[in-house]
Amino acid sequence: MAGHVGGTEGGRNSMDKSITLPPDEIFRNLENAKRFAIDIGGSLTKLAYYSTVQHKVAKVKSFDHSVKEAEGDPVYEISVQEEITARLHFIKFENAYIETCLDFIKDHLVNTETKVIKATGGGAHKFKDLIEKKLKLKVDKEDEMTCLIKGCNFVLRNIPHEAFVYAKHADPEFRFQNTHPDIFPYLLINIGSGVSIVKVESEDKFERVGGSSIGGGTFWGLGALLTKTKRFDELLQLASRGQHSNVDMLVKDIYGGAYESLGLTGDLIASSFGKSATTDKQFSKEDMAKSLLHMISNDIGQLACLYARLHNLSTVYFGGFFIRGHPVTMHTITYSINFFTKGEVQALFLRHEGYLGTIGAFLKGAEEDNPNQYSWGENYAGSSGLMSVSPDINPMQRARSGTFSFDMLEMDRLERQLVNLPLLQDPSSYIPDTVDLTEDSHAREYWLSCFEEALDGVVKRALASQPDILEAAERAEKFRQKYRHKLQTLRQQPFAYGSLTVRSLLDTREHCLNEFNFPDPYSKIKQRENDMALKYYQKVVRALEDLSWEQRQFALVRGLLAGNVFDWGAKAVSDVLETDPGFGFEQAKQQLQERPWLVDAYNQWIERLKGEPHKCALFFVDNSGIDIILGVFPFVRELLIRGTQVVLASNSLPALNDVTNNELHILTERIAGMDPVIQAAVKDDRLTLVQSGSSSPCLDLSRLDKVLATVVRERRTDLVIIEGMGRAIHTNYYAALSCESLKLAVIKNSWLADRLGGKIFSVVFKFEVPPKTQGLH
Amino acid sequence: MKLISIKKPAFPWFGMDIGGTLVKLVYFEPKDITAEEEQEEVENLKSIRRYLTSNTAYGKTGVRDVHLELRNLTICGRTGNLHFIRFPTLAMHRFIQMGSDKNFSSLHTTLCATGGGAYKFESDFMTVADLELLKLDELDCLIHGLLYVDSVGFNGHPECYYFENPSDTQNCVKKPCCLDNPFPMLLVNIGSGVSILAVYSKDNYKRVTGTSLGGGTFLGLCCLLTGCETFEEALEMASKGDSSNVDKLVKDIYGGDYERFGLQGSAVASSFGHMMSKEKRESISKEDLARATLVTITNNIGSIARMCAVNEKIERVVFVGNFLRINTVSTKLLAYAMDFWSKGQLKALFLEHEGYFGAVGAFLELLKSSEEA
Repeated sequence: MAGHVGGTEGGRNSMDKSITLPPDEIFRNLENAKRFAIDIGGSLTKLAYYSTVQHKVAKVKSFDHSVKEAEGDPVYEISVQEEITARLHFIKFENAYIETCLDFIKDHLVNTETKVIKATGGGAHKFKDLIEKKLKLKVDKEDEMTCLIKGCNFVLRNIPHEAFVYAKHADPEFRFQNTHPDIFPYLLINIGSGVSIVKVESEDKFERVGGSSIGGGTFWGLGALLTKTKRFDELLQLASRGQHSNVDMLVKDIYGGAYESLGLTGDLIASSFGKSATTDKQFSKEDMAKSLLHMISNDIGQLACLYARLHNLSTVYFGGFFIRGHPVTMHTITYSINFFTKGEVQALFLRHEGYLGTIGAFLKGAEEDNPNQYSWGENYAGSSGLMSVSPDINPMQRARSGTFSFDMLEMDRLERQLVNLPLLQDPSSYIPDTVDLTEDSHAREYWLSCFEEALDGVVKRALASQPDILEAAERAEKFRQKYRHKLQTLRQQPFAYGSLTVRSLLDTREHCLNEFNFPDPYSKIKQRENDMALKYYQKVVRALEDLSWEQRQFALVRGLLAGNVFDWGAKAVSDVLETDPGFGFEQAKQQLQERPWLVDAYNQWIERLKGEPHKCALFFVDNSGIDIILGVFPFVRELLIRGTQVVLASNSLPALNDVTNNELHILTERIAGMDPVIQAAVKDDRLTLVQSGSSSPCLDLSRLDKVLATVVRERRTDLVIIEGMGRAIHTNYYAALSCESLKLAVIKNSWLADRLGGKIFSVVFKFEVPPKTQGLH
Repeated sequence: MKLISIKKPAFPWFGMDIGGTLVKLVYFEPKDITAEEEQEEVENLKSIRRYLTSNTAYGKTGVRDVHLELRNLTICGRTGNLHFIRFPTLAMHRFIQMGSDKNFSSLHTTLCATGGGAYKFESDFMTVADLELLKLDELDCLIHGLLYVDSVGFNGHPECYYFENPSDTQNCVKKPCCLDNPFPMLLVNIGSGVSILAVYSKDNYKRVTGTSLGGGTFLGLCCLLTGCETFEEALEMASKGDSSNVDKLVKDIYGGDYERFGLQGSAVASSFGHMMSKEKRESISKEDLARATLVTITNNIGSIARMCAVNEKIERVVFVGNFLRINTVSTKLLAYAMDFWSKGQLKALFLEHEGYFGAVGAFLELLKSSEEA
């Protein structure tokens, strides 16, 4: 491995070439990279490339039915295949390393089809020749503002929790915004050396409505003159230690107190630098830097408010090198916006603000591939979190310590386009997650520890899923390191990837497993459990048929709940399953809480069943094996008999022991073979299988497969059933739908049960009917 | 029926505006004093009149703006001249001490004062000079004073002026005009800081916003950057400088106009932007720095004022305040900014007595307060 990149031609002494790039972490998948874009700013370079990633995926395939399988043969076969997926890589490093990085790319670039590199940013011109010489690519310049806006639209659309408000004295300092389905219109205030104020109305329509020459360059230039401090970061550090009231003339300096009739408080700045005009004394560098920072931030904030008001916009994002993750400037800008709008407008910042230009330049170059027709997802395994590289660390100190600091963002192209569930009552206020662990430090502590403790088990399971592969142990160990490191990062910086939630912790684990080619650690377990459960299916259905209607309805619900006890995602259960594989369906039922349940809407549900049958039920299913086969299918069967169509939504890709769409197709086929009711329903298209578009044990109803949304709309779905802890408790517990909904789960975690006021194996059975909409019927 | 007592207030008649940097004082010198009156006049009243009217400078820092004097003014039944005097707020304590030394309190006059200093120095006036201030709101005074001076005119000439062809530097000329129908107007008062008011009638106005980047900022930064000490010095330097050596222009970044957004190459992209470079910092002249500071502050005020005018739907923008004194660079720049960025929709107006309206307003209150007494 060419880890060390030595100096090649010498010359520029500002270039640091003695640095060692960590090849496993940086410029990943460069071998398959095609299509580059670069954004060179005043101090940072941002590089983007598109690459393909070869992944192992677990596929299931039904055995050929013409060959009668022997007793004991599994229900389907599992094979691991290579699949190629698309990924966007973004990396940010200091300009000083640009030559080192270009050399590294040159040495690793295999693809020769690439002919051009899209470039933007003020430094693109300066480094044009170097790039063309090193990479033998033609530099193709793109308009800075167009790139910025394109990039901004892209992150707002594809990254949940991209935008946040900053509150210096709050805990947490970062409060993430829910992604609004419609991101337009908004105002983008880009604070570079000057300020540009851009109104963005749609993907292609934006206008620079104004600007100001007092920006980051003014802070830097004037600051350097006043304090003899050269670097921007150092100036900010000076400012953060200063007292502006020593330099500024405050209202109280003029009035002796507040100017009460106008409501101007005494501490308000009446005249920036006003004291240096009237006193001869020496001012400290710190105080002058602070005064300058306030002057510029307040001025920008004021203009932003005036433009927001003129254009009647309340969504205002701030970016540019003046902001770029600096808590000091985010604070002063936020303060200014609050002051001038009296809290009506919030200053919003973006997690990936530094990447907007390069993302936009890349998208310009990739227009032929139409990247906007896909949905993309942030890969938590390959992305550095917010503040991973503190802007406050002096780059010179970093250089001396010999570490190459960089920040990365990786985005996976999702196979399917994701949209809102059409049945959300208000898509703009929908929040999938029940608890925000960024805000709830007690819950955060519990869950971080919980995931840490579960790590050994996950590693063991991953290893067990690939018994014949020699280097699996090495990969499993790398997975352990990576995920442990992520958990440690999140303990320090819970805001690293947006709001921290149980869902994001689970998703990060899935991403890390995939990263090290453990696409489906539970494949064999799922296979075995499915196999076992299928054998009981007919017996269970027959037993149900013998019951009276009332008894049967209750048995069906209990079956659904008992099935849900079989969950490898829950620690308490995985312990039991690990030690006692014979833990059966009946035993599970005995574990269940007796009625009244913790949340018990069973009576309302039964009353409802006595009425008109539902037209169509959308069922988000959970686990493989007993859950889906002995719990869900009998329940679905009853719905079908009642005349309700059923849409079963399952994960597109594996997560824990959740049943995947592929597996569900095979299982449905096998059940149809045993059960004429299911067979007829499948044949008449009254029972439909769709994929959710998700690969998470949780469920985000604002990011679902477009096909699912279409089916839901066409079938006039009037009942949504969400099953399991991940989908109905950790997420969607408070989700408001525009149709009737059933949320049910068994709480298999004593801490969570305790939080909800119950005990382990408590039952949540929530039946919700939306308020009647006027004008219907 | 209400009987209005037209008992005149006792002389001397003053109006005072104590700002953050400067104290503005207007003094009415009666020219119709009868012999009888003269005999009755106490000595220190006479001495005050003589001191103020026979000098044009007071101490090291006090100045009478002789060119602004309003002559033959008849007010409250008396005819005389209105004098305009200013001195730094830093000298306020010496001023109060003088009031004490001259036994000003024995004259039984009311001292009408506005500006923040009316509040800040109130107790000093009381304890040191035994003087009680009549404190007045500075924005009320500003508007009343402005409307009054405009109505009486400037010794037969209009008080108000504007610039013809503001966007054409070759043909830009100062032209007098009348403020006959002044409402609504956006009033931009540039003192140490800036206040922006939307004025709909004499008594109906609101403070729209303000900015801390004002005259105090210009002078403060100039002092720090160039070592100068006075406003006059700073302006003198600025008049000789070239801000394009300090500021980064659009053409410095884009090589010409930024056509995509209709920005001219000569527009400032980043104030002080060139100063990010060490080499340029080392080669820059004080004059260039002073000019850049002046242009930066002026353009910023212009930009905020223009946005306020558009938001408030007011086309007439009146600029006042002592920042504009002897400052044609700024007045022309403001006139240009209003015209150019609004495509001729907005008109910038200026007044000859720039910074004195607050003091005039306070002075008018003195006469009014005694009318109602």
